[in-house]
Amino acid sequence: MFLDLFKETLWSLSGNKVRSGLTILGIVIGIASVIALVAIGQGAQNSIAKNIEAIGSNLIMVNPGAQRVGGVSQGGGSAQSLTIEDADAIKNEIENVKSVAPAITKRSQITARSNNTNTQIIGTTADYLIVRSVTIDSGSFFSDQQMKTSAKVAVIGPTTRDDLFGLDADPVGQTIRINKMDFQIIGMTVAKGGSGFNNQDDIVYIPLTTARHYLSGNEYLNNIGIAATDQDSMAIVQQQISDLLLARHKISDPANADFNIMNQNDILATATSITGTFTILLSSIAGISLLVGGIGIMNMMLTTVTERTREIGLRKAVGIRKIYINLQFLAEAVVLTFLGGFIGIILGWITSLTVTHFISTLTTSISLSSILLAFGVSAGVGIIFGFYPARRAANLSPIEALRYE
Amino acid sequence: MISCKNLTKIYKNGEVETIALNNVSFEIAKGEFVSIIGPSGSGKSTLMHILGALDNPTSGEYFLDNREVSKLNDDELSELRKNKIGFIFQSFNLLPRTTVLRNVILPLLYTKTTSQERLLRAKECLRYAGMEENKFQNLSNQLSGGQMQRVAIARALINNPAIILADEPTGNLDTKTSQIVMEALQELNKKGHTIILITHEMDVANYAKRIIYIRDGSIEKDSMII
Repeated sequence: MFLDLFKETLWSLSGNKVRSGLTILGIVIGIASVIALVAIGQGAQNSIAKNIEAIGSNLIMVNPGAQRVGGVSQGGGSAQSLTIEDADAIKNEIENVKSVAPAITKRSQITARSNNTNTQIIGTTADYLIVRSVTIDSGSFFSDQQMKTSAKVAVIGPTTRDDLFGLDADPVGQTIRINKMDFQIIGMTVAKGGSGFNNQDDIVYIPLTTARHYLSGNEYLNNIGIAATDQDSMAIVQQQISDLLLARHKISDPANADFNIMNQNDILATATSITGTFTILLSSIAGISLLVGGIGIMNMMLTTVTERTREIGLRKAVGIRKIYINLQFLAEAVVLTFLGGFIGIILGWITSLTVTHFISTLTTSISLSSILLAFGVSAGVGIIFGFYPARRAANLSPIEALRYE
Repeated sequence: MISCKNLTKIYKNGEVETIALNNVSFEIAKGEFVSIIGPSGSGKSTLMHILGALDNPTSGEYFLDNREVSKLNDDELSELRKNKIGFIFQSFNLLPRTTVLRNVILPLLYTKTTSQERLLRAKECLRYAGMEENKFQNLSNQLSGGQMQRVAIARALINNPAIILADEPTGNLDTKTSQIVMEALQELNKKGHTIILITHEMDVANYAKRIIYIRDGSIEKDSMII
């Protein structure tokens, strides 16, 4: 009996290869796209979170506030309000501060021999290594002596090295030109990862004093990075920094502060909400493909109803019991959806792995829930629309079914 | 073997009632070859559906081998059709894109027969129905009308049914092929099968030994051909 059922199902599916193939294709596309898109979304979220964690641990960032010219805001970070004295005061007056790294940042074109690149230049102190979790790969960071004498020395990131000197070259001892001045490279940092605008490896570090003399020409800072001693003291340290800077800048109302304080968790939260939106976007696209796939499945199942209703009528007329007809059509729908689902999962998986392979910064992560959801919806649609019309036809009298147009 | 008493079938379409069969009673003995003839709308198809256990009468009794068919449920009707009745339809009703052999085996599905037995019987029935051996593996849609009807006859025979019901079996065939199919039915009758033929053509009806004339849902005349 079950052998007959099995054979009939296989025969029916293989006898209508185009019909079966298109139905499976609908299921495959629906499921694969959901799995791949959700995996990419999740991967993006994870990789951004990882990048942010790579900025430093227990990091608090102070940025200048928006400069106001005649009541018009010039945008955050535009004001000249943070000074080295502020940085020193934070370091000396607040407890639980491990390190403070004042920084002057500027994007600039730099050249070395015949190559040139546009990169981020950061004038800072040796504490930057601690605050931002930067480690030196070869050579060394600036000494106090070099800091005091405003020496024209630089430490570069690996991406900058690749751009200027080629892969795996040893840059230490070479010379680069920044702003028409020669800087000697004394070290290179270890790669931290990150990409595009936020690439922490495409960077040139110079002493803060040098940056003041030759790049900015004034005493103001672009940011101050502070490493708290531990996670628990972050909030209180952040509050104390705020109070201290308000007092130093003689501002009584915190709403008028000429600086912003952010900690890493805030950045992480912001980024997470952005990538969350991104994931929702991808998921909706995936949802739409699932819907389209589902409609495709439904279409295939329903368009074959006429022919199949006659077949059902014939089967009934020659004396096959209703239960066997129902079982056969159920089995057909189950085989189609499961076969399609299986191929879809594999294809979605391969797509995700391919994306990871070609985009090194994005490690996609396949979630079980997306697999279950995609599979569930396709299987549901496939089984309902494969089985329900057949069941209805099997309940007709054989004569009605045979005459079905 | 077949006994009908006061068969009445009324179709309801909204408020309108159509009486398709009106108090029809007759008997058919084993081994008979009966033609039921009448113009379209006379109720002959309805009668054939009831005789074929495809439909139940509104009232009246239908006994097949002393079993009252009108009291059976859907599954019991299926079993009855499988074991006692072979159908031959006007439009052949073969499974599309399916080999001749598979079509003939269809009624044997879900029965306790091995696939060898099935194949053997299918081939036997096909030969019996006059089908050429080299066409057994052909797909049903590659056959001519006459060949399709032979496949249908073989399918009707495979369960060795007590009655073969043929509903306008020549309706889609040309005169020559019709003749061949009718002679095949005559041959089956000679071998002992009970055959009931539904038609509206006198030529076709004349192959039988007995003709029941039906008009407006009632039997007009029931005559033996000598």
